[in-house]
Amino acid sequence: MVKRWIEKCYVGLVLFLLYAPIAILIVCSFNASKSRRVWDGFTFQWYIELFQDEAVIGAVRTSLMLTTVAAIVAVLLGTLASIGITVMGQKTKQVFMTVTNVPMLNADVVTGIAIMLLFGRFWNLGYFSMLAAHITLGVPYVILNVMPKLQQTNVSTYEAALDLGASPVYAFFKIVLPDIMPGIFSGFLLAFTISLDDFVITYFTKGAGMNTISTMIYQQVRRGINPKMYALSTILFLLILIVLWIANRISARQVQGTRG
Amino acid sequence: MNKRKLLAGPYLIWAIGFIILPLLMIIYYGLTSPDGGFTLENLSAIGDSIHYKALGQSLLIAFGSTCISLLIAYPLAYILSKNQGSKKDIIIMLFILPMWINFLLRVLALQMILANTGILNGILNFFGLPSQHLLYTRTAILIGMTYDYLPFMILPIYNAMCKIDRDLIHAAADLGAGSKLIFRKIILPLSMPGVISGIIMVFVPSISEFAIADILGGSKILLIGNVIEQEFSLTNNWHLGSGLSIVLMVFIFISMAVMNKNDAEGEGQMIW
Amino acid sequence: MKKVKVYMCLMAAGVVILGGCGSSDNENAADSGNTLVVFNYGDYIDFTTIEMFEKETGIHVEYEQYVTPEDMYTKYQSGNIPYDLICTSDYMVEKMIRNGEAKKIDKTSMEYYENLDPTYLEFCRAFDAENEYAVPYFWGTVGILYNTEMVEEEVDSWDILWDEKYENQIIMENSMRDAFEVPLKWKGKSLNTTDEEELREAQALLMEQKKMVMAYMVDESRDAMIAGDAALAVIYSGDATAAMEANENLDYVVPEEGSNIWFDCWMIPDSCKHPENAQKFIDFMNREDIARINFDYVYYGTPNKVLYESLDEETKEDYTIFPAERTLEKCEVYKYLGSEIESFYNQLWKELKAY
Repeated sequence: MVKRWIEKCYVGLVLFLLYAPIAILIVCSFNASKSRRVWDGFTFQWYIELFQDEAVIGAVRTSLMLTTVAAIVAVLLGTLASIGITVMGQKTKQVFMTVTNVPMLNADVVTGIAIMLLFGRFWNLGYFSMLAAHITLGVPYVILNVMPKLQQTNVSTYEAALDLGASPVYAFFKIVLPDIMPGIFSGFLLAFTISLDDFVITYFTKGAGMNTISTMIYQQVRRGINPKMYALSTILFLLILIVLWIANRISARQVQGTRG
Repeated sequence: MNKRKLLAGPYLIWAIGFIILPLLMIIYYGLTSPDGGFTLENLSAIGDSIHYKALGQSLLIAFGSTCISLLIAYPLAYILSKNQGSKKDIIIMLFILPMWINFLLRVLALQMILANTGILNGILNFFGLPSQHLLYTRTAILIGMTYDYLPFMILPIYNAMCKIDRDLIHAAADLGAGSKLIFRKIILPLSMPGVISGIIMVFVPSISEFAIADILGGSKILLIGNVIEQEFSLTNNWHLGSGLSIVLMVFIFISMAVMNKNDAEGEGQMIW
Repeated sequence: MKKVKVYMCLMAAGVVILGGCGSSDNENAADSGNTLVVFNYGDYIDFTTIEMFEKETGIHVEYEQYVTPEDMYTKYQSGNIPYDLICTSDYMVEKMIRNGEAKKIDKTSMEYYENLDPTYLEFCRAFDAENEYAVPYFWGTVGILYNTEMVEEEVDSWDILWDEKYENQIIMENSMRDAFEVPLKWKGKSLNTTDEEELREAQALLMEQKKMVMAYMVDESRDAMIAGDAALAVIYSGDATAAMEANENLDYVVPEEGSNIWFDCWMIPDSCKHPENAQKFIDFMNREDIARINFDYVYYGTPNKVLYESLDEETKEDYTIFPAERTLEKCEVYKYLGSEIESFYNQLWKELKAY
């Protein structure tokens, strides 16, 4: 019993530490002062201004579209690649994994400028260059999450299915995919996160007049973050929480449904 | 069986276009001087005391934050993986969620917590404890990096642990293995792929990190990421920046290869 | 794993709904007719003035922002985006003029050019000898912001930044020229010196100071000073004004030895495809009502004479935004020092940071 209690406390403590800075941001979003370090009274002003600011709303839209598309493509590319890589010989595998690590390893400026130069030479900077950069950034995280899952997957079940007459595609969807799904899910989450957070690479690869939430905030760091950004973060945070809660409810009902 | 290799095809094409080609560009810049001639100077520049000192600092901080993340994440993932109830996905989501709030905003919030007149010292003073000078020190950078990369450690380890067959543990317990033995013989080795993924995802990006060092380190501590960043965006010396990037890459690849070799002898199950 | 699918579907649905609301205005109109691509410092304009400009002229503005002039130059040089109009700092303007990357501005076509105060145009000659390339937008000084509760003595010299009493309570400028300017001016040198000996000496002083410095910051120092984290900060005048408004214990001074006076200017780069629109925009910025909106938003010194004269007495007498003439006389404008000294400077700066 004591052990369970300690475990719960531990999980709670880590969660507390992770959420403490976010709690501060939420508090800041209601602060009437433009400086984040003094409390000047409670206000909804920033929320009102936020919804009137087309530049911010445009940035939110760009961010969400870009990040989601990038994460989905990264998941597709990365999962397929992981499956391919696992059956490769040791040498090829190593080459692949080395290449995969490059975007993660390189300083963001380097990746950003390199892709900018590349696009500058062959295409134009715009939505696509930004998207391509974000996909490139996300794939390694997908691969690193899917590969361990694949290695744990029992190959014999898959082979048994093939022996019993299942087509490889069918066997994949019925046996391998459910097995690696948590890895894919984590990969998606991390790719999404990385892409949402990135400002350096986006800054160099975006076209004229485009902005994501991150580049917008980056440009404000020096002159002071506009409290509208705190309000925006608070709203996004709450939205995600609500989505999570709804998803939880739906899946709980589904579980009940299958049981009944 | 070999057809499955083809699945990596699209990624291969992508990698050539968006990883290898840009990489070649970096190598080109790294091996030329501003006037266009071939040179190795940009590579040997790592021998410059400023640069190797910065690299050393980076490695130290990256290593530290990887260790701390691992120490925090491993027990956490273990506890979470034991809970196989209907809420488990929600709980793991709770650990990712903070990362969806903008990174710079979170680091700035961390700055507010750690500042001399910040929240942490406020709490300490409230309990009659002396203020700690944390912000703008190495410790602050370490805290920031750990904070930012922790979820990257939790997720893969958690996934690996969830995959461990509970029957295996039960069987071992039935056969008289104590919990320590079970941990050492079953849980630890079977969670290793996740641990390795986690280490890579924390260690590798944190070496070239620069924004945290700027904001939480007060720009007083120069990391290799800062050097490279400044060569590109302040000094406009892309050649030196590229050269140092190449050295950094090679350095990390070698250390990973060494790690990989040790693993191959041991488990033979690693990704590396 | 049903749950996972549910999440993904929900998320995807959410994004499609949010994104679908109006992705129509995302098309890239960069080279389709009546546009203007403007590149400015982040958060350095009131956006309503851009909207007004678009409404009045029918020109579509693509507004891009950057953080440091060097960032700007990198993006400009890559040539991927044809910038029509750039707002940047004095030394960068000079660098671009010297590199032949600036276009002359046709002042005669401008209705409101005369609104500019000749005093400041005279200052601008330091980097734009004939006032041909740059039109000042805002200006300011670099000085010391200090907390009167923590600093009891009178602050009038840079030497206080080397006083060991204030160990770990000093915030230095985190930009190369602004950091070196401090010891150079303190020791009575020109901040445009190209003498390597003098620069080395300045670096030695900065290294000695580093032990006492709490942090190197740019505009972020404002928030730290407001919160009372530090006693002294080297800061831009505009940030000082903002900080003093939020915390009444703060005061700002441009030290006796003199300091830097800087100008952020509009200039037309050679990548410009719509020079007429760019001229219109510059002219628009000089119009009294527009300059006022931006002045109220940015709160740096305005070079606009007509606007200045219409300000209320309190603002006019604010010595932080508009320092006394006596103070300005001792201030110098940064000049571009040439690539050789520039890389020497970079090396010194890097050594200081690594030290």
